Amino acid sequence: MTILVIIEHHDEVIAPATLSAIGAATKLSEPIEALVAGNKVKKVTEATSEIASISKVLVADSFEYEYNLAENLSPLIVRLAKNYSHIFAPATTFGKNIMPRTAALLDVMQISDIVEIISPDTFKRPIYAGNALATVQSADPLKLITVRSTAFEAVKASGGSAEIENIDGTGNAGLSEFESSELSGTERPELTSAGIVISGGRGMQDSSNFSMLEKVADKLGAAVGASRAAVDAGFAPNDYQVGQTGKVVAPELYMAVGISGAIQHLAGMKDSKVIVAINKDEEAPIFQVADYGLVADLFEAMPELDSKLP
Amino acid sequence: MKILVPVKRVIDYNVKVRVKQDQTGVELNNVKMAMNPFDEIAVEQALRLKEAGKAEEIVLVSIGPTQAQETIRTGLAMGADRGIYIDAPHETEPLSVAKLLAGVAKKENPGLIICGKQAIDDDSNQTGQMMSAILGWSQATFASSVSLANGSATIVREIDGGLETIKVKMPAVITVDLRLNEPRYASLPNIMKAKKKPIDTLTVEELGVDIKPRLSVIKVEEPATREAGVKVSSVTELIEKLKEEVKVI
Ligand SMILES: Cc1cc2nc3c(=O)[nH]c(=O)nc-3n(C[C@H](O)[C@H](O)[C@H](O)COP(=O)(O)OP(=O)(O)OC[C@H]3O[C@@H](n4cnc5c(N)ncnc54)[C@H](O)[C@@H]3O)c2cc1C
Ligand SMILES: Nc1ncnc2c1ncn2[C@@H]1O[C@H](COP(=O)(O)O)[C@@H](O)[C@H]1O
Repeated sequence: MTILVIIEHHDEVIAPATLSAIGAATKLSEPIEALVAGNKVKKVTEATSEIASISKVLVADSFEYEYNLAENLSPLIVRLAKNYSHIFAPATTFGKNIMPRTAALLDVMQISDIVEIISPDTFKRPIYAGNALATVQSADPLKLITVRSTAFEAVKASGGSAEIENIDGTGNAGLSEFESSELSGTERPELTSAGIVISGGRGMQDSSNFSMLEKVADKLGAAVGASRAAVDAGFAPNDYQVGQTGKVVAPELYMAVGISGAIQHLAGMKDSKVIVAINKDEEAPIFQVADYGLVADLFEAMPELDSKLP
Repeated sequence: MKILVPVKRVIDYNVKVRVKQDQTGVELNNVKMAMNPFDEIAVEQALRLKEAGKAEEIVLVSIGPTQAQETIRTGLAMGADRGIYIDAPHETEPLSVAKLLAGVAKKENPGLIICGKQAIDDDSNQTGQMMSAILGWSQATFASSVSLANGSATIVREIDGGLETIKVKMPAVITVDLRLNEPRYASLPNIMKAKKKPIDTLTVEELGVDIKPRLSVIKVEEPATREAGVKVSSVTELIEKLKEEVKVI
């Protein structure tokens, strides 16, 4: 048995969720190889070879992999698949895009968003926005898995020196083209791996008020998130959305400010270690999951919090 | 051009889901069901393309128990033209659903298949990508904007770092995200009209697909519940708790 992990990377850096996907793979105690596909990926290849849990890095350095288009990437993974018992990728928009396509080409039923590995063929995954946990056993000879990064510890990105092997690409499928991207790019920590997350909801009333959260976030070294209502209303960019259909986070501290606590929002944050809720409605469901609840007007509480933090 | 829209019948998103005592699944009896919210957005998108003169016909497909036909009816009342119903167990897996839908696509030859990015019951987020792979088509997932011109579709995608624009050759599979549009409500006259719109039936056998599950569900359990904590009376007390009691700041 050998495991393959697909390395997600952006701007020459390994995406943090990948390290958690490798963390999940290590639970099977089998050799782990990594695939780095991309255009001019020398840095990422070297960084991957330094991950102690990786025994070998396969590198497909070719123009057709520059933009992670599924139509180009899936055939490559399909070609490699016969050498492996399991293929892991993070359950990010990258993994969610390429893995099901790959699975169908291999006639395998993918296992999405696992939170626990019971045995090499049995896994736990949340369903119904995390209101239930299903234990599923796969009958497919090859397991294609996406990993919920908050459920597994990230491996250390150092201490190793894995062998590097260059492999050929599979060419451009010619079905799709990248045109442009508009990334939110922030100086703050990345939402899904931040130790502290402060999220704002509809109660924020307007995008300029998000600066109240940002000030506190910067003092605490926190990432900023949002509810769907806040994103839909244009208060925050789409990639701030926490929840069933946004990002799943599980920081040491999650602060929900002006968020009611709908199940779809809770699905994305209820595994946080400590939850704080600031809401003016004492009946808000968010208080049912909060360790510390403050019933207050956020327009008073947030400036006060800002002024009282060093 | 024809647009195919797969629509799934799921537990209404407002319902508090209950896990069955015997841990075989969640309670579906006497529970309000509805069209998967993402699929409503997909239907709305198809209607808008038709209204803009980019499509002639919208065909809905649903796979599931008999009542899945009601979900098709809901979409017909929004304005879709006809439906195809495939009788199969509620639990049919995304891989099988994708094969069945690909089979329908081969009969119907649509220029686009627009589906939800995720069914809110199994939360798989797989079917569209799988269907696209089986058909050998292009895929555009998590769409928050769609525009068509000269045999290709330009799609803005919601990705982890922000937004990305790609251009895909048609025929294509598009999976939709929440912010693509706001689905319309069916008007009373349209609900009446929908009653006369045709729903054809296809069988799994006719489509020649083996739908035997690859994943067996060993058990379904309640997640650990979180206990509500305490209310603090002031910002000062909150800071103190976070510093002294749980030491997270
Ligand atoms: C298919 C589907 C998927 C979804 N996915 C997600 C998802 O991924 N993430 C997500 O978040 N939602 C999601 N939702 C939406 C979800 O159901 C809720 O509508 C949403 O989370 C509500 O956001 P909110 O709490 O900010 O807004 P509201 O529910 O309107 O709550 C606003 C809160 O702010 C409080 N407030 C107002 N003013 C103040 C003030 N001055 N001071 C203090 N408190 C104040 C109010 O008391 C209220 O509790 C989804 C819905 C569907 C149907
Ligand atoms: N049984 C079904 N019938 C019709 N469409 C379905 C069915 N299952 C999934 N789909 C479509 O595939 C999308 C993604 O579902 P999933 O991969 O299960 O998360 C849904 O939003 C639907 O558009």
